[in-house]
Amino acid sequence: MSEPSKEVNRHTIAVLVDNEPGVLARVIGLFSGRGYNIESLTVAETDHAAGLSRITIVTTGTPMIIEQIKAQLGRLVPVHKVADLTLDGPYVERELALVKVVGKGEKRVESLRIADTFRARAVDSSNNSFVFEIVGAASKIDAFIELMQPLGLTEVSRTGAAAISRGNKPI
Amino acid sequence: MAKKKMQGAEIVIEALKEQGVTEIFGYPGGAVLPLYDAIFNQNAIRHILVRQEGGAVHAAEGYARSTGKVGVVLVTSGPGATNAVTGLTDALMDSIPIVCLTGQVPTHLIGNDAFQECDTTGITRPCTKHNYLVKDVNDLAAVVHEAFHVARSGRPGPVVIDLPKDVVMALGNYQEAGTAAAEKYSPRVKGDQSAITEAVRLLGQAKKPIIYAGGGVINSGPKASKLLGDLVKLTGAPCTLTLMGLGAYPASDKQFVGMLGMHGTYEANLAMHDCDVMLCVGARFDDRITGRLDAFSPGSKKIHIDIDPSSINKNVPVDVPIVGDVGSVLADMVRKWKAAKPKQDKAALKKWWGQIDQWRARKCLAFEQKGEIIKPQHAIRRLFELTQGRETFITTEVGQHQMWAAQYYNFDKPNHWMTSGGLGTMGYGLPAAMGVQIAHPDALVVDIAGEASTLMNIQEMSSIAQYRLPVKIFILNNEYMGMVRQWQELLHGGRYSESYMESLPDFVKLAESFHAAGLRATKASELDDVIKEMIAIDGPVIADIAIDKAENCFPMIPSGAAHNEMLLGPNDKANKPISEEGMVLV
Ligand SMILES: Cc1cc2nc3c(=O)[nH]c(=O)nc-3n(C[C@H](O)[C@H](O)[C@H](O)COP(=O)(O)OP(=O)(O)OC[C@H]3O[C@@H](n4cnc5c(N)ncnc54)[C@H](O)[C@@H]3O)c2cc1C
Ligand SMILES: Cc1ncc(C[n+]2csc(CCOP(=O)(O)OP(=O)(O)O)c2C)c(N)n1
Ligand SMILES: [Mg+2]
Repeated sequence: MSEPSKEVNRHTIAVLVDNEPGVLARVIGLFSGRGYNIESLTVAETDHAAGLSRITIVTTGTPMIIEQIKAQLGRLVPVHKVADLTLDGPYVERELALVKVVGKGEKRVESLRIADTFRARAVDSSNNSFVFEIVGAASKIDAFIELMQPLGLTEVSRTGAAAISRGNKPI
Repeated sequence: MAKKKMQGAEIVIEALKEQGVTEIFGYPGGAVLPLYDAIFNQNAIRHILVRQEGGAVHAAEGYARSTGKVGVVLVTSGPGATNAVTGLTDALMDSIPIVCLTGQVPTHLIGNDAFQECDTTGITRPCTKHNYLVKDVNDLAAVVHEAFHVARSGRPGPVVIDLPKDVVMALGNYQEAGTAAAEKYSPRVKGDQSAITEAVRLLGQAKKPIIYAGGGVINSGPKASKLLGDLVKLTGAPCTLTLMGLGAYPASDKQFVGMLGMHGTYEANLAMHDCDVMLCVGARFDDRITGRLDAFSPGSKKIHIDIDPSSINKNVPVDVPIVGDVGSVLADMVRKWKAAKPKQDKAALKKWWGQIDQWRARKCLAFEQKGEIIKPQHAIRRLFELTQGRETFITTEVGQHQMWAAQYYNFDKPNHWMTSGGLGTMGYGLPAAMGVQIAHPDALVVDIAGEASTLMNIQEMSSIAQYRLPVKIFILNNEYMGMVRQWQELLHGGRYSESYMESLPDFVKLAESFHAAGLRATKASELDDVIKEMIAIDGPVIADIAIDKAENCFPMIPSGAAHNEMLLGPNDKANKPISEEGMVLV
């Protein structure tokens, strides 16, 4: 067999699991126990009737490691499905951040202006602060946060990625 | 459905009965008293009282491996559960089906640092195939049924069910085993047909094929061993087995080239290195097998049959992966081979066997028994010869004696060899032998042991006495942690730091104090008589065999080395220093 590729790539993996106690610990324990990376992780119940949660994991690794990660996830008993969105075709990935910016005068106006170009919404304001809500790819959120830095950025709360394949087929 | 409500503990016992359980290994305590009460009130399930919970799990492992059934364990909360952790990890590494019931403090006290509380599901999550904490008495039966299904299906493994005391004391409904569990967890059994066809094609064209089989064949059941034999005969290929696979193919057959790996035979390892097509059947390319990965069988096409997709392409990338049960896939392969009748290159195969015979001619397992100092290889060989013709089960501890047992005791049938391979747990063999003997009361069960390992679970001699189990503990006593000493000799300039076994007990008197017979051989001329007497005694025996203290295990592929850099004997080491990368490996 030819040498497998050593190239490290970023993969977004969707995992459908039974919504039962300990399932998240199982998934996280698998990653830490076997030394895999977690760049971000998002989890919430997505099908109440069937009692299913969806975990979206962004990870990195060589093709052999990524294959291992999927196989290891697949053999957990409460796991129903593992889908590699990065491999399976085009997909949409979004993160959300809430960004608190404190300032007055020119800086305050500037932060509003930038928020506007990023389509971030002010979801709270006081006479010297805003909380912006921004949705998008991780890189867009990174850029927004960087621009807010000199304008009085004081706090950020960020989610991991939510992701779904494009087109009419479910995973 | 106006069925009478039952107490939780009765529900558990009823579910065990429905799962066909007849023996459980356990140790009581406060949190499991209701379960012990339920055991007291029935006769269908026999409880075997061990002397330490670790012993219970190893006993259940021996029971499971020698019968193909699920081994069952019952322990109390806190220290009972933590004592079971080593055995659970052992069972996970070696794919042994176990269901372990653990007591737990009542649900309202969980998280309170209550007396004898520990986070059992948290602690055992990484060392079980799956685990459960049952919080509702009405879930009990279904969870027990599911646990058995999970433990035995796909790649077998240990499953823990944590049982809070209030749950087993509450009244609830029993639920019969149904199909729910199978719907929830159903690993793939049937292999991909086009991959199987391709595998047959590759094997049919091979000029230098080898079949490398492992514990998965044993896991799959005796039928898989039979099919493996058929395929080896059809293809005419040499067959090698891992430590966990011994017995899956008869050692007495001429197509068997011995165990492979770190202490495998010269011919098996060189054939692995030089082959052009390798068929791996239910084995997992463990580091004891592959040696240095980038030098592992560099020129071969590799086919891998495994029921666990995570075993495939984990260490070694393969060309034809086949996910499925060994038995099912081998049946398909045999059928397809017979239908396709591949035109093999007979001349090439003859040449290949010629090469293998040359490697064999090195006689890598040769030893010389001269004088009165007993060579361990000779002791095992005589044990093998003198137990021929009987139904004999062998368990081992961990160390040099384990490797000598693997090399010099020949196994012709599956399920007769129980050893701790993946975790390498000293103290496994004695309780495992107890479990085997419980399942096979009339068979000869011998634990091939080292004196250091024997002391790790010696307390189980008391259980062996209680149940009148005629288990034989055959100690190759070198007064050293021999395997540790061997590595210190090889890698650490012969500085034998803490590997000498000081102040050993008198094993003969120790045996007697445990109501067993004690025998000793210190000279080669005494060996046969001691072995014969050990077999003849109708009861437990510890046979203390004083062996050559300086003997090392060869052949050996030092860690970090390749298959063709094997050490064949003590004089081999000087010219091949161990690499620095090799030094950090275990
Ligand atoms: C001191 C010491 C020295 C050792 N030296 C050696 C040595 O020289 N040589 C050696 O071989 N080992 C040696 N070992 C043992 C080694 O550590 C491994 O335990 C062993 O090699 C693994 O065996 P295996 O590959 O057969 O896999 P196992 O651990 O038996 O795993 C079985 C594989 O089969 C799969 N499987 C299970 N059930 C099925 C099924 N129904 N159908 C299909 N697939 C299935 C599983 O998914 C798994 O991948 C040594 C151990 C110790 C303690
Ligand atoms: C529980 C445990 N602790 C430590 C080890 C490391 N170890 C491997 S072999 C060995 C020595 C075994 O000595 P003995 O039982 O006398 O067997 P011998 O090698 O002498 O045949 C040790 C300490 C182990 N495998 N298991
Ligand atoms: Mg020893």
